[in-house]
Amino acid sequence: MTGDLLTAPGEKSAAPAPRPGRRLRLTDPVTGVWLAALAVTLLGWAVVAAQGGQFLTTTNVVAVLQNSVALGLVAVGQSMVILTGSLDLSVAYLISLGTLVAAQTMQSGGVLLAVLATLALSVAVGLANGLIVAGLKVNAFIATLGTAFILRGWIEDQYTGPAGQVTAGFQRLGYDRIGPVPVSVFLLLAVAGAAWFLTRRTRLGHHLYATGGDEHAARLSGVRTRRTVVVAHVLCSLCVGAAALFLAARLGAGAPWAGTEARYDLESIAAVVLGGTALAGGRGGVAGTLGGVLVLAVLDSVFNQLAVDPFFKNVVRGVVIIAAVALYARRRTPRRRTA
Amino acid sequence: MSTAATARPAPGTGRRLLTALGTATPVYVLLATVLIALALTDPGFYEADRLLAFVKRAAPLVILATGQYLVIVCGEFDLSVGAIVTAGVVVAAQLYASFPALHWLVATLVLLAAGGAAGLVSGLVTTRLRVPSFITTLGMMLILEGAVFFWTGGSPQGALPAAFRALGRGTAFGWLPWAVPVCLAVGVGAYLLMRADFGRTLLATGDSERAAHLSGVRVTRVRVTAFVLSGVAAGLAAVLVGGFSGVSAQAGQGYEFEAITAVVLGGVLLGGGRGSVVGAMAGAFSLQALFTLLNLRGVSGALESTVQGVIVIAAVGLGAADYSRLRRRRTRSPDTRSPEGTTR
Repeated sequence: MTGDLLTAPGEKSAAPAPRPGRRLRLTDPVTGVWLAALAVTLLGWAVVAAQGGQFLTTTNVVAVLQNSVALGLVAVGQSMVILTGSLDLSVAYLISLGTLVAAQTMQSGGVLLAVLATLALSVAVGLANGLIVAGLKVNAFIATLGTAFILRGWIEDQYTGPAGQVTAGFQRLGYDRIGPVPVSVFLLLAVAGAAWFLTRRTRLGHHLYATGGDEHAARLSGVRTRRTVVVAHVLCSLCVGAAALFLAARLGAGAPWAGTEARYDLESIAAVVLGGTALAGGRGGVAGTLGGVLVLAVLDSVFNQLAVDPFFKNVVRGVVIIAAVALYARRRTPRRRTA
Repeated sequence: MSTAATARPAPGTGRRLLTALGTATPVYVLLATVLIALALTDPGFYEADRLLAFVKRAAPLVILATGQYLVIVCGEFDLSVGAIVTAGVVVAAQLYASFPALHWLVATLVLLAAGGAAGLVSGLVTTRLRVPSFITTLGMMLILEGAVFFWTGGSPQGALPAAFRALGRGTAFGWLPWAVPVCLAVGVGAYLLMRADFGRTLLATGDSERAAHLSGVRVTRVRVTAFVLSGVAAGLAAVLVGGFSGVSAQAGQGYEFEAITAVVLGGVLLGGGRGSVVGAMAGAFSLQALFTLLNLRGVSGALESTVQGVIVIAAVGLGAADYSRLRRRRTRSPDTRSPEGTTR
């Protein structure tokens, strides 16, 4: 369960590796997913070029990056929770509520207060999730589904449509560029970088991996597993809060459907798994997740360029996700399973 | 481990009763509470026809929960059932658009077979390609929903003939909604199935795949069968939903999570190996009774989901605590945490 192909050199302690002496490193899922992103890009470029279109234009590349920001932020948070062996299904509604809170607070109280309010809301939801999962021992799937229901009821009861107004200054987060690169991409990179550092280079990160790999073993080795799970949930919700702020800046107002329409809950889990992180926890990382997000974003862009029916996109998406995960599983199978 | 403090011996008879009810104890308490609350809120609820109408409304969820139970108890998930319901309703409408004279039984069988086929694909991908079922059935959900909308150009429409809709909204002998005997048949069938060899191997597989395999269980076949049965159940639910509420793009929306909630509410362990199908069905009834109660109490439709969320968390939290007190098996906590724990 904790066979781990992903730890980079010098990080052997990151995982509670129960099997010593794993020297065989076949294709690393992280490189795999980035190669896949590259392949999808090249393929998309070839197909679009064959249709007489232009794929690798600056506008298009920028659009792809911009489109992956929101999902990227959520997925980075989600991967930290999944690494810990948990799961967060409440992200979609938290995004919706986050945009609403941000936009409304901004209308009355200014940008800083709005950012703080959104992040405080995120921390509260993450804390609730974490405490329910770790304290009440409710399965993460059900616990976060429950919080999702609670948030949904709150949103539907309080808001009927878009609410609040985002100041023009804050909207620059959604639209401004430094050179050709959108500002929001830097936000994603900063959050992802922080998450990478946290998971790979700090004690907390090692605890995340250890808890996800084998909670019992981690506990016996002195890791405060419950606290770790709570922290992972809070971190995830903070990332989601950042995504909500970005979407609020993008939309110019808060929207009750901001998170649910794009199905950020399931999409983010799909991106994380696409990036080679094991759903059972303990294996994977943020770098792979970004690759997974990029694959999905590039695919989307290719379909848009080819004017593929939006519903057919979902079909292909489903096939790609299953196929990719099947490939990972296949690669792992021969050594891990003694039929 | 706060449970250590509460692990005191329970009195003899009470303990025996609790053991008999098993992990589903909280759901029976919940069901009884909600039913009593219903009686207090609206004494008319227990008139025969309204009770039957309630069972009729609950039938699709109960059937879905039964199918979902089979999948969950062997350690997997089926997130595709909602999409199968939607797809089933739309397929039925398209079927009748092409063959208006189709006998209702044929159409029903087609839906059951189609649901089974979707389950078969999910099962094979999960077991043969070793894709976690969460991802397989999530992909299946995307594929089915995308395909349905793609096929119908974004807005499913069409009409279902009365003969086909009878199963969902018609009555036998003028008073018994058809959905009630259907639901009953599914319940009894699932109960007998879980008593038979198949049920035992299914539980064994969910408890420990390796041990089951070593004792001669054909793990793959058992799992695939569970997925197929879940798909068939979803097909049947599609017939009922289609009959009850007609063709719509939202026919099955959210059913997958409701079914999983019902099953878990019924004391079934995500990750497999523990829980009874009767508990799962009781979970589905409690959920539906809860919706009815909130409705009668005049709670706004919006806050309904908030209350649902709170109760689900509370019930499962209580269930988790009770469970560890009963069995004193705190060492298993890592397994109950990870949804894919037993599939690795």
